[in-house]
Amino acid sequence: MRYEYLTGNIAIAEASITAGLKFYAGYPITPTSDIFEYLAKELPKHGGHVIQFEDEIASINAVIGASWACAKSMTATSGPGFSLMLEALSLAVITETPLVVAYVMRTGPSTGVPTRSGQYDVLQSTYGFHGGLVIPVLAPSTPQEAYDLTIRAFNISEMLRTPVVLLSDAVIAHTYGKVAIRERSEVDLIDRTKPSVPPDAYKPYDPVNGLVPPMACFGEGYNVLVESLTHDERGYYAPRTDVQRRLMWRLYKKIVENSGKLFDYSSTYLDDCDYALVSYGSTALTANVAAKLLREKGYRACSVKLKTLFPVYEDGIVNLLRGVKKVFVVENNLGLYYRELRGVIRDKEVVSVPLIDLDVPPPQEVVEVIKEWL
Amino acid sequence: MAVGHPLDPYLRTDRIPTMWCPGCGLGVVLGTLLRAIDRRIKEGLLKREHIAFVGGIGCTARMTLYPLFDSAHVIHGRAIPFALAVKVVKPEMKMIVVGGDGDIAAIGGNHILHAIRRNADILVVMVNNMIYGMTGGQLAPTTPRGLYTTTTPYGNPEKEINMVKLAAALGANYVARGSITHPHLLEQVFYKALVKQGLAFIEVLSTCPEIFGRHIGLRNPVDLYTELKKRVVVKTKPSVDESDYDWEKGFVIGEFVERDDPGYIEIYRKYISKAFGGGEE
Repeated sequence: MRYEYLTGNIAIAEASITAGLKFYAGYPITPTSDIFEYLAKELPKHGGHVIQFEDEIASINAVIGASWACAKSMTATSGPGFSLMLEALSLAVITETPLVVAYVMRTGPSTGVPTRSGQYDVLQSTYGFHGGLVIPVLAPSTPQEAYDLTIRAFNISEMLRTPVVLLSDAVIAHTYGKVAIRERSEVDLIDRTKPSVPPDAYKPYDPVNGLVPPMACFGEGYNVLVESLTHDERGYYAPRTDVQRRLMWRLYKKIVENSGKLFDYSSTYLDDCDYALVSYGSTALTANVAAKLLREKGYRACSVKLKTLFPVYEDGIVNLLRGVKKVFVVENNLGLYYRELRGVIRDKEVVSVPLIDLDVPPPQEVVEVIKEWL
Repeated sequence: MAVGHPLDPYLRTDRIPTMWCPGCGLGVVLGTLLRAIDRRIKEGLLKREHIAFVGGIGCTARMTLYPLFDSAHVIHGRAIPFALAVKVVKPEMKMIVVGGDGDIAAIGGNHILHAIRRNADILVVMVNNMIYGMTGGQLAPTTPRGLYTTTTPYGNPEKEINMVKLAAALGANYVARGSITHPHLLEQVFYKALVKQGLAFIEVLSTCPEIFGRHIGLRNPVDLYTELKKRVVVKTKPSVDESDYDWEKGFVIGEFVERDDPGYIEIYRKYISKAFGGGEE
């Protein structure tokens, strides 16, 4: 392990190398391009490939292809690029292709303010693609978390054969922080399960005894079928209700039944808290300070930072906040993740604290909004 | 038991019959392509486990469902980036992209453009039936001007795309046009293209009696086949200038371009070796 002073973006790039990234495809976009540029220089030294494609659509489809060639694969983008990638993310979901998308949010909608921050895309990150399933979404708020959660994102993608979104934002992207960089031998890395049967007995979408099928790659003689159509365990198109039901429920369950395993958070003052400020990403920096300011004023406030945004771990979140009287959801948008929490917390008031700020929202503003509800 | 077909070892026979309509040209394309592959495997120039099919969406892309190789049936227009990524990671693979004129030249236009520019080591087979067949007869960029389609009910006002000229202009190593009306010539261009480095682009004129044929009053498969055959002009080594794509004057088939420029993978690996201090890997 060594310590370095890195931005969130470079922490993501470093972590992806630690995690075993072997293929990166991308298209330049602010505020993400330095992940791409860093990897273009460094990844080949680790036996990986970095290719600039003609657009984000090509990039994500290339990432899917590379993953089927056995390479741990990633792309990074921001709102406009992620919007272009959505159709292919749906393909990655139905074909159960492990991959990581580092999504560095910027101010939107549309071109917005490309260099500045916001959290407008938090729901799009998992609900944006067609097909009504869930992509795991992890949200760092510091360069160290960006590093740690990137490794976790790769592990989840390999373990569950799913795309995973690492949801950062423009503040974290270019904020420097001390980051503990680990050697590969110092981290637990998960690789996809390979088939244990000979090629003629292999079914690419048969989960055998669990929910996640073993995955063979191209070029190994398994006659793999990557199928975007509704398919049975062999990968054969089967336009039948029973097959659609079986497939949908399995794809849903393999993510949602692992909610507990995927859940991650951190908190301050939670043991002694009436008013919880729940936040994620760069807004957690605001919420942490706001909680402190409220305590200085005599309110029993605390800060809860969610590092896993999706799947929403209902039991875990309810349990975490069981002792508090009121929940405030602090985010740099019109109050989007608030809707998720309001949906699972039914025994107490959940208040949205929507902030719109091109940078980290000032904690004092949060305090002023919240005080009216105390 | 019925006697097996000689190509059965290369097919997922449990998926036969195919979903293609009677009279569709795609069976000829698949048959000739598999024969060419079989010859190359028997020559020891291709390894079976290193051959992969990738297709987007459309009747042609469904060709990925039947051959017994690694196959990907992905989303509309995006087969090429998928295929190129596999090739980058596993250069030993022979990537074959199969797509219709809509899949390759319309929605996938940006990707074929840049794949050709890169001279990416992929064999791209664009089967051109001049219509959107699977979705029921809408305009394609290859539909001859003036013809009826369901989305141009007063006649197609647009000029057709000539993919042969495009592929030649952007530097593909191999550019040919074939026709399902001339299966032996088609097999021969597949046979050649299969061992080409760089990008090989083959346009295959094909028949869709059910949709295109119906639009032009030739729904009977034999009538449409005969009509297409009449319009096909076979030439040995025609020039790119002779590749005009014209329903009235006819379509020249043959090998328009044959070069041996280094392919993308070779050049990419040369440059990337600088990451290791300038020497070869």
